[in-house]
Amino acid sequence: MAEERSVSIEVVYRGIFQKTLAQRICRSVVLAARKRGHTGTAFARYGDSPERNGVPAKQFAVVAADELELEASMAKYEPSVVDVSIAVDDTLVKGVESWAWYGRQPIWKPVRANGWLLVTSDKKPDEVLAQTDKAERPYTLGIVPGGASFAGLWVYKDDHTDFRVLGALAKILPQWIALDDAKAASLDLAKGDRSAVASVQYGYDSTVMRPVKAGEGTSGHEVLQFTKPGWTTMRPGIIVEARKPGERNPYYKKYGARTMRPVVNFDTCIKCTMCWLDCPDECFEVTPEGHYEVVYEACIGCGICAQVCPVKDCIVMVDELKFTDNKDKWQLWKADRPKYNAWFEDMSGVSADPKKGAAGSVPPNANPAANAATTPGADPASNPTTSAGGDE
Amino acid sequence: MAVEVKTKETNEIETEQLATGCEAIAEAIRLADVDVMAAYPIRPYDGVMQAAAKLIANGKMDVEYIVADGEHSQFEIVKHACAVGARVFVGSSGVGWFYAFEAIAVTAGLRLPVVAICGNRALDDPGAFGTEHNDSLAVRDLGWLLPWAETAQEALDLALMAWRVAEDKRVSLPIAIGLDGAFLTHSQHIVKIPTQAAVDKFLPKFDLGDRLLHPDNPITIAPQVDQDWLMEIRRQNDNAMRQALTVISEAHADFKKIFGRGGESPFLDEYMTDDAEVVVIGQGTLSLPMKVAIRRLRKERGLKIGLVRLKWFRPFPTEEVVKSLRRFKAVGVIDRDYSFGSPYYGGVLYNEIRSALYSQEKRPVIVGFIAGLGGREIEQPMATEIFEKTMAAGKGDLAAGDTCHWIGVRE
Repeated sequence: MAEERSVSIEVVYRGIFQKTLAQRICRSVVLAARKRGHTGTAFARYGDSPERNGVPAKQFAVVAADELELEASMAKYEPSVVDVSIAVDDTLVKGVESWAWYGRQPIWKPVRANGWLLVTSDKKPDEVLAQTDKAERPYTLGIVPGGASFAGLWVYKDDHTDFRVLGALAKILPQWIALDDAKAASLDLAKGDRSAVASVQYGYDSTVMRPVKAGEGTSGHEVLQFTKPGWTTMRPGIIVEARKPGERNPYYKKYGARTMRPVVNFDTCIKCTMCWLDCPDECFEVTPEGHYEVVYEACIGCGICAQVCPVKDCIVMVDELKFTDNKDKWQLWKADRPKYNAWFEDMSGVSADPKKGAAGSVPPNANPAANAATTPGADPASNPTTSAGGDE
Repeated sequence: MAVEVKTKETNEIETEQLATGCEAIAEAIRLADVDVMAAYPIRPYDGVMQAAAKLIANGKMDVEYIVADGEHSQFEIVKHACAVGARVFVGSSGVGWFYAFEAIAVTAGLRLPVVAICGNRALDDPGAFGTEHNDSLAVRDLGWLLPWAETAQEALDLALMAWRVAEDKRVSLPIAIGLDGAFLTHSQHIVKIPTQAAVDKFLPKFDLGDRLLHPDNPITIAPQVDQDWLMEIRRQNDNAMRQALTVISEAHADFKKIFGRGGESPFLDEYMTDDAEVVVIGQGTLSLPMKVAIRRLRKERGLKIGLVRLKWFRPFPTEEVVKSLRRFKAVGVIDRDYSFGSPYYGGVLYNEIRSALYSQEKRPVIVGFIAGLGGREIEQPMATEIFEKTMAAGKGDLAAGDTCHWIGVRE
């Protein structure tokens, strides 16, 4: 249970792409609370670093009435209980499998009873809740309007996601972050740009609150829990077993890094091997017919396959929140092509028949990787495929 | 964002920043007007590299910033710069620190007051980033001064003290400030940054005097000598280390007068010891969870327990440690380090504390604890276990006193 005289806030974010954003949110929380004399600390979870593209990571802000209260939160990697969890990309509600520990955790795991889960999203609360693990405790889901803000390791898009979130926090934690203090802090951080103040107010006014009862949410996500061995049971010499050929790591599945996933039009696939060859995570399995199907448990959604595929709309990147499982789809195509193609069109928004145009609905939002793929010569700092590393 | 506050003592302005321990050190480098710093990246020390580079890029600091090809060169560069009269800064972590070991040894041998931080990190393998004190402690016998900081504020304050103590002619020895990786180096706290004027009052200009390597002062440094000279050289260094205790006390008193910080004793920080029967002693940030445990266990169970935090490991403040610890029935020594095969299989600090108290007629039972290795968090149940075992030893359970306990390790 969080102490009464302190408040703990965590930001769950996409590694590399949102590191600076998370840092800005945590700093702004402490600086805003400082305006009324509170003290505080802001820190990143050390074990997440060096960050990997898209792998969920966490940063924290703890604000306390005095130094003595704050000590309980110092010399810790992460608070065991938080008052507010902020997910700065709505696909993170599908669960957090991070670099810092083993297993997958529900997004609300550290949130105290009757705490808050704030999600930046352009979706409705119920759409987000439908992909969130079934609640064990009641909490309030707040949707801070706006899509996920992605950039590179050291940069931030400056789209005021941080100020909108700060405004939302002023709404739910007025005793710690007064709206006026949030505005004053935003003005400091934006070096006098008054539009920051407007963004704080917008976050304050426009965040949609949706009370969530215990039991609400989905039970469809995979449970991933592991027990670590003790010193008497582990092998000496710092040794781990190698995986057998064809076997994938059962302890760390990479799909939690995904904001979009590739879907494949097997009818138009020319079996050129490019996706299979260029996938950095060796996600493609060869089917008996010589197609390449995605193993969604291992796919991080980097978008390189869609980028290198020479056939238009054969591999399409689609918003991860549209999917409820990681099952492979090639079997469906094999069994019932019209059904598969209808599914492909529904998900991707493009026609399965190359002779026709778009299949109706708006194409999905571009993810950072897809951006990089479609804008050659873009600023390398905002290109996640080139901005990894440098964190050692 | 800086918030300005007046200090009572000096009526001068100091600013406030939300800064990590590494950023606080970078501010100290700026305030000490360092001439040369050599850098080579390894976490967690590299936070200082980044913060210092940022200060330079923003036009706030003027320092010769040399990125070396490895830690050995990094430490050689500052050693040589120091010999020609430059105020220097350097640092490393974990096995990076070890890669510089030959340079580290000769720097102390030459009595060159290099100021370093050791961002404490577990030694490789397996490449953990978290804190362990064996990197700093590896140089404990070489003539390096070794203080440990608890907070980002103390990191900054200790750094300013470091140049003053190291460069004092009576000492003239290198110093490595221990900063716990992650907890201190990478978490942001509100830190008071003193003004240049106040720092200038505290920290005199570096003057190597007639030991300056300069064409106008023709000398040779470090000619090869043999057994007919060596013992005298070692004895001189031993004497310098003895002098350091006095110099630290003076610097601490001055620092307190100017900045109003630093606690009662330069060497020990005692917490709730006035009525305590049993205490624990340790270094660095492990004091933070232990203080929380002390408040909790006093409230819940009425236990008379306290904490002594050792601020300086070298020179070891034997007199102060003895005077403090002999008041208690039992002392638990928490080592965030190991010394495999040492007496009672204890940590480094454990055996130093036992040794310091051996000649005392009235001495406490001493229990050793190995905890928080690789930066493992010292959680409240572990802190409780440490106090329970120490109290049991104090009540005459000798078994508790003769062995060293591993806390929070999976069996």
